[in-house]
Amino acid sequence: MKSHSNSGRAFGVYVHVPFCRSRCDYCAFATYTDRDHLMARYVDACKLEIRRALLDGQMERASSVFFGGGTPSRLPAEQLVEILGEIPRHADAEVTVECNPEDVNLRRLEIYRTAGVNRISLGVQSTMHHVLRSLGRNHRPGDVDRAVGAATEAGFTTFNCDLIFGSVGESDKDWIRSLRDLLELSVAPPHLSAYALTVEPGTPLAGDPRRHPDDDVQARRYELADRVLTDAGYGWEEVSNWSLPGHGCRHNQLYWQQGDYRGIGSAAHSHEQGTRWWNIRNPDRYVRAVERGSSTVAGQEVLSPAQREFERLALSLRTPTGVPAGSLPDLPELAPLVSRTGGRAVLTVRGRLLANAVTRHLRVEVGAAGSLRE
Amino acid sequence: MSPGTSAGAQQPNSDCDRIRNFSIISHVDHGKSTLSDRILELTGAVDPRMMREQYLDSMDIERERGITIKAQNVRVTFRDHVLHLIDTPGHVDFGYEVSRSLAACEGAVLLVDASQGIQAQTLANCYQAIEHDLEIIAVLNKIDLPAADPERCAHEIEQVLGLPAQGILHISAKTGQGVEELLDAIIERVPAPTGDPTMPLRALIFDSSYDQYRGVVSSVRVVDGTLRSTARLRFMQAGSVHDVEEIGVRTPDGVAVSALGPGEVGYLIAGIKDVGEARSGETVTDAAAPAADALAGYRDPKPMVFCGIYPVDGDELPDLRDALEKLKLNDASFTFEPESSKALGFGFRCGFLGLLHMEIVRERLEREFDLSLIATAPSVAYRAHLSDGSTVDVDNPTDLPDPSQIDHIDEPMLTATILTPSEYTGTVMELAQAKRGEMSKMEYLSPERLELVYRIPLAEVVVDFFDQLKSRTKGYASLDYEPAGYATASLVRVDVLINHVAVDAFSTIVHRSVADSYGRRMTDKLRQLIPRQLFDVPIQAAIGGRVVARETVKAKRKDVLAKCYGGDITRKRKLLERQKEGKKRMKNIGRVEVPQEAFISALRLDE
Repeated sequence: MKSHSNSGRAFGVYVHVPFCRSRCDYCAFATYTDRDHLMARYVDACKLEIRRALLDGQMERASSVFFGGGTPSRLPAEQLVEILGEIPRHADAEVTVECNPEDVNLRRLEIYRTAGVNRISLGVQSTMHHVLRSLGRNHRPGDVDRAVGAATEAGFTTFNCDLIFGSVGESDKDWIRSLRDLLELSVAPPHLSAYALTVEPGTPLAGDPRRHPDDDVQARRYELADRVLTDAGYGWEEVSNWSLPGHGCRHNQLYWQQGDYRGIGSAAHSHEQGTRWWNIRNPDRYVRAVERGSSTVAGQEVLSPAQREFERLALSLRTPTGVPAGSLPDLPELAPLVSRTGGRAVLTVRGRLLANAVTRHLRVEVGAAGSLRE
Repeated sequence: MSPGTSAGAQQPNSDCDRIRNFSIISHVDHGKSTLSDRILELTGAVDPRMMREQYLDSMDIERERGITIKAQNVRVTFRDHVLHLIDTPGHVDFGYEVSRSLAACEGAVLLVDASQGIQAQTLANCYQAIEHDLEIIAVLNKIDLPAADPERCAHEIEQVLGLPAQGILHISAKTGQGVEELLDAIIERVPAPTGDPTMPLRALIFDSSYDQYRGVVSSVRVVDGTLRSTARLRFMQAGSVHDVEEIGVRTPDGVAVSALGPGEVGYLIAGIKDVGEARSGETVTDAAAPAADALAGYRDPKPMVFCGIYPVDGDELPDLRDALEKLKLNDASFTFEPESSKALGFGFRCGFLGLLHMEIVRERLEREFDLSLIATAPSVAYRAHLSDGSTVDVDNPTDLPDPSQIDHIDEPMLTATILTPSEYTGTVMELAQAKRGEMSKMEYLSPERLELVYRIPLAEVVVDFFDQLKSRTKGYASLDYEPAGYATASLVRVDVLINHVAVDAFSTIVHRSVADSYGRRMTDKLRQLIPRQLFDVPIQAAIGGRVVARETVKAKRKDVLAKCYGGDITRKRKLLERQKEGKKRMKNIGRVEVPQEAFISALRLDE
């Protein structure tokens, strides 16, 4: 595996922060709005889990750390950096914290910065007030500009903005406006994630079919986004991610390259050489498990060589790396979806939107002895 | 049934004078089973403590639907007479079976609900009974109901059948009122059978059923000679020879006897494994001293309606074959042979006497054998006359030769008799005309009721004619029909094509005038059911090379998962794995992946 760090093998640490001020009705993440009283115990539990993982030899020196949620910026900054302090990392490690724009201020960012955080990811979603309302988000469009100003002032040289498209009440024009607003910030985001609004089972959105996004509309918005961002000098990094040169997210790239990472906190996922496991989802039960000294693992799976190879190809297909050209059959219906050059097959813009259909055609070859070959 | 062996050898009842053989002709729900129950009670045949409702209807479907599918018979004694009640099948599809049952009788009780009046099918069966020279005893039932109008009904019976109104009995099978008088009338008015015990044996089989332990059990009526428990029998139509294992009478439980004489009705077991060898209408004779001629009136059962039957789950194919073979043991009139369909996989082409027969077989397959089935649209047997002068019979639309080779196509016709309250005359005539019927008779039975006779294509009747007739007349009209040869019509085959490939399960032969609307209906339905593909998929209905309807399933533009949550790649991979697995189960038609459920839904929606 190619390393992104000049100090050895790539290894990621993900820390899950399950607290939110309010729950967005499309969200299916393991998040809670009524557990703020648990924060201090939760932070202690995470620190304890890290120490135990280090003792058990389950954690290497990290090349990337990612605080995701939930809303990591919901935690007092001092508590968040306490967790970070427990994680051994390379000097040049990428350390990202997801923030809600309304939580960002210079003081918070300076605490982060001092502790080693060097990248923030802002949950912008949209710059249009009515779209934010329909998504159930609390910040105002002006919060984003202020947050970006604070990040620059605190010395952050890279950051990401998340956008969501396809909510009811959003027009093509609104969508283009959101993209342009971000590009016209005092500092344009070096990294941009644009996610199609997805109806997750069990969410309030799932129960309201009138607000379900239309696939064709979403496809059109995606193509608009790709055009706007490509014109502005961004390269696509993965299906839903674009970045300026040198600003790719190393932590996400680790996921897409089937790298190894350790998840800390409730509902966090880990991967080690074909074994995947995940922690107890409920934060109360997670905290109690750590405090009792019992296992935090809720489930695990060991991938068969064929599964692992299929997964590796399926993940890689979502990126500009693509897959070996021979992994996909030469079918007429795939021709507009895949471009084949230099022995690789890479998704076209249309193909990215139909990545699942292309994935179903993947040919997985596993050697006789179970060893993988490409 | 369980033929007992306790009763010893009864002597043949050679005294024909004291035998009366009769059947009850009646419409569904007019009270035949209830009357049978009363007769069993009144004659002491069934212990009152053992009595249950509809004693003679043994199948669940018979009790639920209130129809008799298999003929039953029972021997009772009343005032020193032996009465054989022969229960005839009660539906239009089983007209031939009815005629064989009637051939075993000298008399018939015409049982009519006094609140509803005579129905088309009762009338048709009654005409059959008259053709067989049976003595008809007309009876009005349910006279205890407030809605009963015996006077009008009696007048109708007089008008349509010429039976004098004053000779019509009034009973209530429910309360038992008048049932004893009816039995007296049967003894008095139905002629005793005639037959010579010294002549070579001729006995008529009028029903056969398959018993898991005994093999085929047949109902027989001895016409001439004596049927002995030691005989070796020749089945004259089947051309086979079998030794008698047991003969007996049903009282209603089976009681073995050593002999049955002329005029007697009973059962016969002869080690036969397939009801096809002991069909209704078969004549049995003594192999050692055979009769010269078989009894008249035998016909091979001929399927009229056809459809493909497929297991919803392809793995159930062997179970379906097994079930069909078992049913066939008990029902010689339905046929099946393997067929395969691009859309539905492997299944069987089945032939039935009619629509109800088809429904019953399908229901029994699902119910008694726990199968989940899908049936293609029913078809009839068309006769295609080719340009080279030859003809082909086509009961599966996909077998129809190319239009360029066809000179013309004939379709099977029916004579349909409809009895309806006169207030619905307009709507009934409208329906019959829409279904291409030509009226041949219109007669008032009474000022309130009308008889309409049409010559009408069978294909139009098998679709939804009966349901529409019932709904247009609030259930008051009744229908009977019989085959009436073939007629040339402007018929075409409509094919449904997905991405330019015809889907066999949806091909159908229809009249030119409705071909376009069928095409539009199916293309529209499939457009909604076929999942979007990576390319535009045309769905067309075509007659030969000419497209009559077209829809397009627009290419899918997006299916990608936006993100994986916090490294939860497991969830995404599992979804992709499931989709990849699902792809294998898709039917591939013209490069289009279609879940079999889509075809099944389209066929179900068309029902």
